[in-house]
Amino acid sequence: MENIITIFKKELKSYFDSAMAYIIIVVFVGLLGWFFTSSLFLVNLATLRSFFETAPFLLLFFGPAITMRLISEEKKSGTIELLATKPIQDYEIIIGKFLSAWILFVIALLPTLIYYFTITILGDIELGPVIGGYLGLILVGGVFIAIGIFGSTLTENQVVAFIISFLFVFILFILDKILIFAPGFLASILEFISIDYHFSNIARGVIDTRDLIYYISAIVLMLYLSTIVISKRRWA
Amino acid sequence: MSIIVENLSKHYGNLRAVDNISFEIHHGEIVGFLGPNGAGKTTTMRILTSYLAPTSGDVIIEGKNIKDNSLQTRRLIGYLPESNPLYSDMNVLDYLEFVAKLQGVEKTKISKRVREMIGVCGINEVKHMDIGQLSKGYRQRVGLAQAMIHDPKILIMDEPTSGLDPNQIVEIRNLIRQLGREKTVILSTHILPEVQATCNRVLIINKGKIVADGTPSELQSGFHGYERIFVEIEKPDGYDFEMLQVKFNTLPSIKQITLLYEKDGILRIKFESEKGADIRKQIYQICRDNNFNLIELHREQTSLEDVFHQLTLEAA
Repeated sequence: MENIITIFKKELKSYFDSAMAYIIIVVFVGLLGWFFTSSLFLVNLATLRSFFETAPFLLLFFGPAITMRLISEEKKSGTIELLATKPIQDYEIIIGKFLSAWILFVIALLPTLIYYFTITILGDIELGPVIGGYLGLILVGGVFIAIGIFGSTLTENQVVAFIISFLFVFILFILDKILIFAPGFLASILEFISIDYHFSNIARGVIDTRDLIYYISAIVLMLYLSTIVISKRRWA
Repeated sequence: MSIIVENLSKHYGNLRAVDNISFEIHHGEIVGFLGPNGAGKTTTMRILTSYLAPTSGDVIIEGKNIKDNSLQTRRLIGYLPESNPLYSDMNVLDYLEFVAKLQGVEKTKISKRVREMIGVCGINEVKHMDIGQLSKGYRQRVGLAQAMIHDPKILIMDEPTSGLDPNQIVEIRNLIRQLGREKTVILSTHILPEVQATCNRVLIINKGKIVADGTPSELQSGFHGYERIFVEIEKPDGYDFEMLQVKFNTLPSIKQITLLYEKDGILRIKFESEKGADIRKQIYQICRDNNFNLIELHREQTSLEDVFHQLTLEAA
């Protein structure tokens, strides 16, 4: 546990020491704000729905972007050898790095609370869907970040890592949009795998354990696979 | 016994990077892995540090097999990997603290250990700089500092002096010799004088196999199996080589006396004696007693280079 915190702190600090964290936060908050406000007055409703609908789109880029270098850079510079020969478990490396990216994402979400407070001034807003929406975003972000970490373990090249992760999250994301083309028995499976399906449940303010289990098991699975990839060289 | 390696092999497909090697290293030894590039030095070190798993064989470090106790054995080892990878975006202090934490140094002792290492490695003036800005010499010292931060019993260093200038090399070698008094040190190099300067034992590795094992002087003198001494004497009046031969043949450890050439009244003679016997003094005494004019007397030093070339090229 202590090792996870050590790695987590180091990675989070390195996000904020480089311009990375600030650029990401500004771009994320700025783009979301633009999408959000451009439709707010057309709809003329006190709701954050359009915000929660567009945020996952941005996460498609955001998740892979903040994670692409986390492992690939260690492999490229050889520092993975330093980490792996310290008395720590491989999964501690993965979890520490995952948490740092996840917390960075939560930090980037914080300024968007302004949108919520702005709307409370303009009209009455239902709190349930807002809490659900944020919870859902944090979970979707977690899955995308876990996938990003996995992509980053596969290559030494950040750009390749980004592309692999992006394709992966993109497929997960569009699955429920192509459901109409799928045969019946597949449709329900695809729907369950699709990340957006679970998100729309939560964003309505309905927090169902099935959705939570989906997100958490997706995160755990991806982190587990990442650990396997970086431990592979230790196998005889 | 500090480290025991038994029948260790590592294969990459058909390539046998490490081919069934066994050796033991005692506490306090400074052992040099010597070999051409690609001989298997780095692979062996990576197995010792649990970065790679061996294809077969065992490594026992301080009585613990690395297969089942990897976390414990990793705690005992300080490791400086080949080409000294470092986080270039971290500053020196943060980095050493980070490593100290991962190595499990007690919280209350971390800042003390970091300060000590900064002193020992001479990096005080750069401690607030980002590692990426440091010169190669300073980077190497930061690499050493991180390897020693938890005061490990065993130090493993893959080419610790590569890329340093001659002054820095001397400094690092002195540091290694100092450390070797209380720690077991393994270092790898393909620079021969380095081994002579720092190590008290040499393992010459070639094509994944150990081809020689001994102290640098053992390897040098013992390589031919006999000592060679070259002598030049002014040809005494009334003597020929056979008569000289008789005089010198009385020496107990002598094996062979050969006349190399005679030129301008000077005889150049090669003496070969048993391994370990130094007969220079006796040769001088015989010359003095017989009033021979001795012009030159020297013992051939087989350089480690010769040993190395012969051992690693023979196999090729």
